[in-house]
Amino acid sequence: MENFSKLLSVDYLKIYARSMLISLMTTVLCVLIGYPFAYVIARTKSKSRQLLYMLVIIPFWTNSLIRIYGWRSFLGNSGWLVKALQYLHIIQEPVDFLYKTGTTVLGMVYCFVPFMVLPLYTAIEKLDGSLLEASSDLGARPFHTLFEVILPLTSSGIFSGCIMVFIPCLGYFFVSNILGGGNTDMIGNLIERQFKSANNWPLGAALSIILILLTLLLVKLYQKLGGDMENLGV
Amino acid sequence: MGTIVEMLGVNKRYGSNHVVKDLNLTVNEGEFLTLLGSSGCGKTTTLRMIAGFEEPTTGTIKVEGTPVEEKEPYERNVNTVFQTYALFPHKTIFDNIAYGLKMKKVPKEEIRERVLEMMEMVQLTGFEKRYPAQLSGGQKQRVAIARALINRPRVLLLDEPLGALDLKLRKQMQLELKRLQKKLNITFIYVTHDQEEALTMSDRIAIMHDGIVDQLDTPTEIYEHPATRFVATFIGETNTYDGCVTSINDGIATITLENGAVKVKCDDSFSILEYATISVRPEKMRFSKEAHEGFELVAIVKDYIYVGSVLKCIVSLPNGNELKIERLAGQELPEIGSRIYPYWEPEDAVLIHNDSYKIFKILDEIKLA
Repeated sequence: MENFSKLLSVDYLKIYARSMLISLMTTVLCVLIGYPFAYVIARTKSKSRQLLYMLVIIPFWTNSLIRIYGWRSFLGNSGWLVKALQYLHIIQEPVDFLYKTGTTVLGMVYCFVPFMVLPLYTAIEKLDGSLLEASSDLGARPFHTLFEVILPLTSSGIFSGCIMVFIPCLGYFFVSNILGGGNTDMIGNLIERQFKSANNWPLGAALSIILILLTLLLVKLYQKLGGDMENLGV
Repeated sequence: MGTIVEMLGVNKRYGSNHVVKDLNLTVNEGEFLTLLGSSGCGKTTTLRMIAGFEEPTTGTIKVEGTPVEEKEPYERNVNTVFQTYALFPHKTIFDNIAYGLKMKKVPKEEIRERVLEMMEMVQLTGFEKRYPAQLSGGQKQRVAIARALINRPRVLLLDEPLGALDLKLRKQMQLELKRLQKKLNITFIYVTHDQEEALTMSDRIAIMHDGIVDQLDTPTEIYEHPATRFVATFIGETNTYDGCVTSINDGIATITLENGAVKVKCDDSFSILEYATISVRPEKMRFSKEAHEGFELVAIVKDYIYVGSVLKCIVSLPNGNELKIERLAGQELPEIGSRIYPYWEPEDAVLIHNDSYKIFKILDEIKLA
């Protein structure tokens, strides 16, 4: 119980808030990037569709840790990005892109976009094309069709995608470790440290329980709002 | 009556598949025009090109005199009733019907008034708050029609709208649609493969076959004077005979068939030694126990079919072809297996140019050269 009460200190609350914020930003960005991508895949005909789908799946086959290290060497102060920008005379002195909140979010988005694309793809693929034709036929411009027909009818996909990104995002620790350099600690980092370096297992366990409860709460909320468990791959 | 839709030399190809071939079609204002044909004849593609869902490969489509083939569906003053209804599942019936007006930014009060009025017209009052999934097929159909009609389109396009309904409901909806069309005086372009539906509802029918309009005419003309062999066999029941024109006398041609000579009324477009097809409806066929003057057909009675209102007699010609003959009221029935002489009044039969004739002609020319 002591350990639980410790969890309410200001320092910890800050970390929860940061975790939430980073996860939220990641989720929003994943929707914004994933939706158009999923839409294009789901609405493309025949052969190129398989290819696009593979492009989403293939990165899964490489360890995400390695991919994140890839980003680190790309973004580092002697990485390719800095070199390219210097070559183009956009910047003069090396700039450090690493170890900022934005970098962590970038890494997170990179890791989680496929989790967003797949449920969206399923939802968009189910969308009946004649509804889009009907909407256009009744005088709706593409913009209106998007908000009146496409988004409402794929909302379940958006929702399950968000759950699938937001929840694991809260617990991910190595992205903020590698790209955030310890400046952007999240709940996951905290838990990891209790077990590995601080050797304070009871506190780590208490933190883990909080995280699990939070997850359950979100899933329950998802079900309450009419979400389909199947879309989560359960 | 002015022209409202005009298609000029319209072609549609999907890759090597030529779906609509050089189509010319004029639709008059306020008429009920049906595109009739079996599946894959290009009728739905034609409709979709007018709606704007497909772009013609070549050719012009004019609605109210302005070319529209470059315009998006939402810029065209036509509305469509889809075969699958395509109702928005997440919107109530009220919102479904109100959709078009909402997009046109009509004031809320007016939308309400017009939707309720429209719902009354299609007998759906009281269903405002329901969702499409809670309606029966016939009710969904009505919502789809109301949703399109509320925009007061100049032309309403209907793509087999009754295809999913059962027979009884279909008959009822046919009459209702026809009534609505007359009442609102909107041009209907209706696609169906059901010839009976087409005959019942249409002012004019365009019969499509392999991407070509074979004949565009009133139901009566199409039934009584089919222009091609396809039209004759597609609409109603008929007996067809292929033969060669051997003589023409005072507008009556003698045609020599495999089974003997017969007489048919013909016009100036036919010439001697031309190959042609005769079409005679079963109700126009006659038979007697003695040979009829000018007819050399002999047949054996094979069977009788009772179809409620009439009795049909199936007879077989020496070459194995079967004919259907409707019995006249009170006529004595010959025994099965007995010999009869089929004939018809020359003006009751239709003579149709036979396309294969052209091939023979070309072959002749090649031989001569």
